[in-house]
Amino acid sequence: MANGTVAVSEKTFYEESTNKYSGILSWLLTTDHKRIGLLYLYTIGGFFLVGVVLGLLMRLELIAPGETIVDAQTYNSLFTLHGVIMIFLFIVPGLPAIFGNFFLPIQLGTNDVAFPRLNLLSWYVYIIGAVLVLISLVLPGGPIDTGWTFYIPYSVRTSTNVSLAIFAAFVLGFSSILTGLNFITTVHRMRAPGMGFFRMPLFIWSLYATAWIQVIATPVIGITILLVILERTFGVGIFDPALGGDPILYQHMFWIYSHPAVYIMILPAMGVVSEILPTFARRTIFGYKAIAYSSLAIAFVGYLVWAHHMFTSGISDTARWIFSLLTFIVALPSGVKVFNWVATLYKGSIDPKPPLLWVLSFIFLFSIGGLTGLVVGSLATDIHLHDTYFVVAHFHYVMFGGTGTIFIAGLYYWFPKMFGRMYNIKWANIAAALYFIAFNMLYFPKFILGYMGMPRRYFDYLPEFTTLQEISTVGSWLMAITIIIIVTNLIHAGLKGKKASANPWGGVTLEWQTTSPPPLHNFNRHVEVNHEPYDFSQLKELEYDSK
Amino acid sequence: MTQNEHTVSSEHSHAHVHRDDIGAKMGMWLFLFTELLLFGGMFLMYAVYRFQYQMDFKIAAMELSVSMGTLNTIILLTSSLTVALAITAIQKGNKFLAVLNLNITIIFALMFMVNKYYEWSAKFEHGLYPGSDEMLSLPNGQIMFYGLYYIMTGLHGLHVIIGVIILAIMLVLVIKDKITSDNYVKLENGGLYWHLVDLIWIFLFPLFYLIH
Repeated sequence: MANGTVAVSEKTFYEESTNKYSGILSWLLTTDHKRIGLLYLYTIGGFFLVGVVLGLLMRLELIAPGETIVDAQTYNSLFTLHGVIMIFLFIVPGLPAIFGNFFLPIQLGTNDVAFPRLNLLSWYVYIIGAVLVLISLVLPGGPIDTGWTFYIPYSVRTSTNVSLAIFAAFVLGFSSILTGLNFITTVHRMRAPGMGFFRMPLFIWSLYATAWIQVIATPVIGITILLVILERTFGVGIFDPALGGDPILYQHMFWIYSHPAVYIMILPAMGVVSEILPTFARRTIFGYKAIAYSSLAIAFVGYLVWAHHMFTSGISDTARWIFSLLTFIVALPSGVKVFNWVATLYKGSIDPKPPLLWVLSFIFLFSIGGLTGLVVGSLATDIHLHDTYFVVAHFHYVMFGGTGTIFIAGLYYWFPKMFGRMYNIKWANIAAALYFIAFNMLYFPKFILGYMGMPRRYFDYLPEFTTLQEISTVGSWLMAITIIIIVTNLIHAGLKGKKASANPWGGVTLEWQTTSPPPLHNFNRHVEVNHEPYDFSQLKELEYDSK
Repeated sequence: MTQNEHTVSSEHSHAHVHRDDIGAKMGMWLFLFTELLLFGGMFLMYAVYRFQYQMDFKIAAMELSVSMGTLNTIILLTSSLTVALAITAIQKGNKFLAVLNLNITIIFALMFMVNKYYEWSAKFEHGLYPGSDEMLSLPNGQIMFYGLYYIMTGLHGLHVIIGVIILAIMLVLVIKDKITSDNYVKLENGGLYWHLVDLIWIFLFPLFYLIH
């Protein structure tokens, strides 16, 4: 009884600040990891919606062959910005910066991250990067039109604002690195007494693996981006064949970062899945250590597969089959995770609340995304499918169906803890069902289109592709409606939802053992860990009200 | 209820003066790791082009002044010694020696930059800079050599400037007694950064000046 009870009179972190200011300044100058997490939520959420609107415009353009609402050049800018915003401003920082910031210290049983001021600085660096992206849109020269991969030689020759936009990506990389080293140090130095590495929740394990990729891979894109800027400014010739440079070398340098970066995007999502599943299956995760180690394995092998993006760029056959083999090897730890998740549900006491529904969606969508990854990872099929809609579909199934779905799942799971209020469960369920239908309508036709030969990044297409393009566009509208329902439901809950209890789902990790929302220093008691992370025998002591 | 015994509210006021020197150094090492990888990308490209244009690299390298490079190497290595001496001094509570050694380090760093300035201007006078007619008339491999030379030593020079700023801040903190014999992790971290700058140069020097 004395263990989990919390004094009701304690102030929450909303009512108590780390600085002497009140109002907006208490947020802008805060070093509280929870407030910083929320600052990230609002800004990243905002950019996500911008990315969605750009995507909708692209889909609308593609509803009929020929020019529909925008011209070809605008379309080039649309897909570039959609990519840059969704990748650098939403998916890469999304889960670690929002949920990682908010829950990493709480799940470790400590009061903050290792470097709280550096944490706030990371947010400002993120904002500076985001503002630079926005400035590059309005400056003369026009918005960047290279695609988010900034391939040489076009990125050096085009007259659009490439330098500023990619410098923004450099700045955002800085933010990513700072968050990464902050998390690694926090995990090593600030675990509560009794919390060994193998008592850490799996979300922490995945954040830890992610943080290492951020620290190891991001500097490489940093230097590559600087070189593109130098090429544009001084014409040094590093990537220019006329001066002896090698444009393929750019592709290598770019993907040395950007392939590990897709694991930066997906690993935290896998961690959230490993949190949600045990809570709603009321049993411990199946294969805790296998999931923990597979995160590290993905982080490690993921670093060695980059050239599978370059099978058609003229690299040697030896390089191609080695990279193809390594690509297949990444599928192993990913498969380990999927099987363990499904096995966790087996004989569980399943409670189908909204977060679980999203996770089930995720397992389905991510499996399709993962398996089609093997299709494009095979040399022979990739020659046919490279640079077609098939790749676009694969990428969206993994990134949106994977990380995007889990972003929403995480929001639904942790919303009561973060805001202390509960959303409307019925509408959340409706949204989950709609989302699943909309998602497959929007992206599955792209697999078929790609197989039929529709190239990516084209604003026009042959008449025989019309039907599938139309289905996809209608799917995008349904997706927009779903997102509106989700956002409205959550905003309404944040303002007027009924009060959530400390443990609305019956979770047993440490964040469910404090008030909703938590107090400024996270716990009103001394935290000591003497359980495995998903030991549901604790549930009796945790005053879980199963109603 | 024994609630109050368990609450940590009494510790709240101390929560943010919480100090973890090992953690601070761990963070710094991770940051240095990212710096190594930043330069690592460049070293990778150097390796690729050196392999591709062996003769051109050899010829172009002869144009660099080995004596200037050696002088700068000696300056930078010595400055790494003085910053280490400054740390030892502050550990032993000798503020005067710490301030003196930090000042010497900064002076060495500035000397390095002055030398670099003369070295680069000499090249510029001969028309050897990216995009010049003189440069474009050279064989491709030599253009690449000079391109890498300017980018890598330029990026290194930028790090020297950042290092000087960090050392200057450390100097102020030592003077103001913010860095003392029982709280010197900031100076250690500043020193680590400076050793990194030195370390990168130790690799740049032979790669550009010595391999003929």
